[in-house]
Amino acid sequence: MTIPQTISAAATDLASDGWVRVASIDDLPLLEGRRTTIDGHRVAVFKLVDGLAAIDAVCPHKAGPLQDGLVADNCVTCPLHDRRIDLATGQVIGYEGAVHVHEVSQHGDDVWVRLSHAPLADTSAEADAERLVPGDAMSDPHSSVPDTL
Amino acid sequence: MNILVIGGGIAAQSLVEALRERDTTAQITMVCEEPRLPWDRVSLSHLLIDGNVDELQLRPSSWYEDHGVTVMTGRRVVFLDTTHNTARLDDDTVLSYDRCALATGSDALMPPIPGIDQKGVVAFRSPEDCTAIQAIADAGRPAAVIGGGLLGLEAARGIASRGAPVTVVHLMDRLMERQLDANAAALLAPAMVELDVEVLLGKSTETIVGNERGEVTGLKFTDGETLDAELVVVAIGIKSRTELAKAAGLDVGRGIKVDDKLQTSAPYVYAVGECAEHRGMVYGIVAPIHDQTQICADSILGASDAFYEGSILSAKLKIMGVDLVSIGSAEGSGATVEDRENRTYRKLIVENGKLTGAVLMGDTKGYELLLDRVKQGHDVLDALELLTEASKASAADLPDGAQVCNCNGVCKGDIVKAIQDHDLGSTAEVVARTRAGAGCGTCKPLVTEILLNVRGGKVDENTYLCACRKQTREEVAAVIREQGLESVSAVADACGTGRECGGCNPGLAYLVSEINENKHREERHARYINDRVHGNIQKDGTFSVVPRMKGGVTTSAELRRIADAADEFNIETIKVTGGQRIDLLGVKKEDLPAIWEKLDMPSGMAYAKSVRTVKTCVGTEHCRFGLGPSMQTGIELEGMLEGLHTPAKVKLGVTGCPRNCAEAYIKDIGLVAIEGGWEVYVGGAGGTVVRKGDLLCTVETKDEAIRASLIFLQHYRETADYKERTYDYMERFSLEEIQAVVFDEEEAPKLLERFHLAQAAAIKDPWLERRKPVVANQFSELDTEAPVFGMAPMAGDDEAELAGVVGPPPGAAMPAAVPAASGRFAVTYNTPTKDQA
Repeated sequence: MTIPQTISAAATDLASDGWVRVASIDDLPLLEGRRTTIDGHRVAVFKLVDGLAAIDAVCPHKAGPLQDGLVADNCVTCPLHDRRIDLATGQVIGYEGAVHVHEVSQHGDDVWVRLSHAPLADTSAEADAERLVPGDAMSDPHSSVPDTL
Repeated sequence: MNILVIGGGIAAQSLVEALRERDTTAQITMVCEEPRLPWDRVSLSHLLIDGNVDELQLRPSSWYEDHGVTVMTGRRVVFLDTTHNTARLDDDTVLSYDRCALATGSDALMPPIPGIDQKGVVAFRSPEDCTAIQAIADAGRPAAVIGGGLLGLEAARGIASRGAPVTVVHLMDRLMERQLDANAAALLAPAMVELDVEVLLGKSTETIVGNERGEVTGLKFTDGETLDAELVVVAIGIKSRTELAKAAGLDVGRGIKVDDKLQTSAPYVYAVGECAEHRGMVYGIVAPIHDQTQICADSILGASDAFYEGSILSAKLKIMGVDLVSIGSAEGSGATVEDRENRTYRKLIVENGKLTGAVLMGDTKGYELLLDRVKQGHDVLDALELLTEASKASAADLPDGAQVCNCNGVCKGDIVKAIQDHDLGSTAEVVARTRAGAGCGTCKPLVTEILLNVRGGKVDENTYLCACRKQTREEVAAVIREQGLESVSAVADACGTGRECGGCNPGLAYLVSEINENKHREERHARYINDRVHGNIQKDGTFSVVPRMKGGVTTSAELRRIADAADEFNIETIKVTGGQRIDLLGVKKEDLPAIWEKLDMPSGMAYAKSVRTVKTCVGTEHCRFGLGPSMQTGIELEGMLEGLHTPAKVKLGVTGCPRNCAEAYIKDIGLVAIEGGWEVYVGGAGGTVVRKGDLLCTVETKDEAIRASLIFLQHYRETADYKERTYDYMERFSLEEIQAVVFDEEEAPKLLERFHLAQAAAIKDPWLERRKPVVANQFSELDTEAPVFGMAPMAGDDEAELAGVVGPPPGAAMPAAVPAASGRFAVTYNTPTKDQA
């Protein structure tokens, strides 16, 4: 991948350490999410009042686009069926299931994300998430995602 | 089968409902002596405080039609012939029956005290009694209530609430001696005094004293003391109404004697409620009535295994500020927890290792659980532990059989089933369907708790705007007004609204915009995705695009552009909607600006809580039957409402004659042209609920009809809860209340003015944000791009709307030109410039 010239030598280190620059901080509106794709994984990046958050962009319930959710109290509410997901832990609140929480950090104006492949607490949710992320599963999530509830 | 129910009270209604649930074909006739449909007598004390009897009606008149129940109000059965199975009415009509149920209720017991027939001595039994009591209480004259039981205390509190000095005179040495032990009664008396009700105990009234005009002036007691009173309410008990049964030759004791099948001594004749005597008991409280009517309905319809074995007595005092319930027997030992400081007293009574009763005062938590345990004759090993368990009991702990609503006899299991079967989402819906909470209302918090429990915490609650902080719309609105707050975050800073789950942020955003007449500071992060990108999100994350076509009228040029756009963006489904619009489905977020540009039509707002559509028929413009220009009127109306946000979606219809081709009768607002004028209907629904709108008014001209619609809409905008559709709103208030505001000579012009202010500042076409996005990457992701179109819209006022009303949220700078963000997914967010076309 290409690193823009404005990024310092430290950025090169970041890149070699598995980090990917996904946006400028000004690309992210406050308390809204935006999706990016890293190695075929869809990741939702959020600008919070006191920092940034990055989680899988696909709701484990019915594959709703989490970047489009309402953000409050360090949780995002999926726009499809109102499942709430903790941005710090990835857990779906009140239901089974979880999404990956990815590392995110800001250097200068740049926002960097490093994918986490740590196993999810809930394995059934992981299976769904893994199946959905690559390719164009968004176009018909219902064909590939059984309702885990 | 032809079933005759004699009576029109709670028992009669409950029996009819139980019968209808079990048998949809039986012919059911009710004969009600009162000149009104069955109403909730349990809530009589509410009537005294404020309100009218219509609000207490158990079921709307349509219920009887819908359920095929014939009701004869203001009619009395004068003779029952159990040999020929007929009943003669006071107008000599003769009704025959296959089965007959007596639910004749009771009269107030009036003891033979000298002077009891004077003017100013009343019972506490009927709406007429309440009117008489109110007239004297409102004059501030001193009143006395004879009887310190449940009913007497409620009557006294009602009188005190109207500002009259009132004294409860009780024969026994403590209040409610049948339900309470001495300790609880000792706490109750001072609680009543705090509510401005004086209490005299151990007083026997010798004479009710009056003046020469036959008006009551006071009481004289057997100990020689006297009490001044110009109103005496007698509430010492009830007397079963058995005259009809006696004349028919039925066995009668204190009440009409019934066996365990609720059958009287005559074949095919049954009795339920306060008129019935079962195993020597006449029940004067509501809960056993529902037990009886269920069994009675089974018996009448021939079930052989239904037996009534008596009810556990349980009673709740319905006085605001005094929480008190009693279950079963009050005397005996078990476990007691008393907290004098907080004035709570909780006691369990255990006999032979079984729970037989409870008294809960000040803190009634766990009442339903304990009632269920008493009913089941539950074994108790450690009474104190059970008491502790009960005080922590939540809805989840209740067994399905536990009765939640005693007024209407609804168990937890019924509520859970209704929520699951009908996918109920709010307390109001549960109350409407199950009747739980529709009586005195004290169980409503528990109904909500059960709902939360069943729905896993997700409830579309109208009651609170912010459910986490338990703040109502009114409370938050008051803060916004007082402090002049202009944004969601300012409200959150001021009173914490929306800080917890954030679920109320969209509602709060509406409230802020409504109070500021759309001159608020817009924060898009408080809005649903639909309102951020002005499309309706679909299950696959794509959006639907519905351009505005006022009145459902379009042109060939528009249709051509729609067809071209559909081709260019590979629209998979093109659907004509119920609101007479064209819906393009499956549009990717990043394609939204481009498809809007191609369409060159304003947003139809089909994604927002806003005025959606005005559906019309062709009317006098083309129709042979038309009585009014519905198309032209609908287009005009839609033009006036364009872009206006509302608490919930608002759909309108204008139809050119009562044939209703535009379905105006079932719209939130519907205009119907009639001969010589227009009718305006409000609160109609054709969704989950089908409801014909209420006729708000009939006017002569189209302009008057539009004016009434606008005033109603503004009143709704200002007073409805978020997500409360007009049909729920009309049920919550009443047509009369709404009319009183909408036609108030002072209020109506002010509403209309506020409507015009809000409308002037509303964004008529949010799709113009394609030319001037309000946040960074408004329509794109980091891995997609969306074009920005030439910035200056042609119409000057559109530009003003965008610039003046909507600003970017704080902290979100307008996007600057960004170089490629990453090699693979270049983000090219363009700063709008005049050069770009």
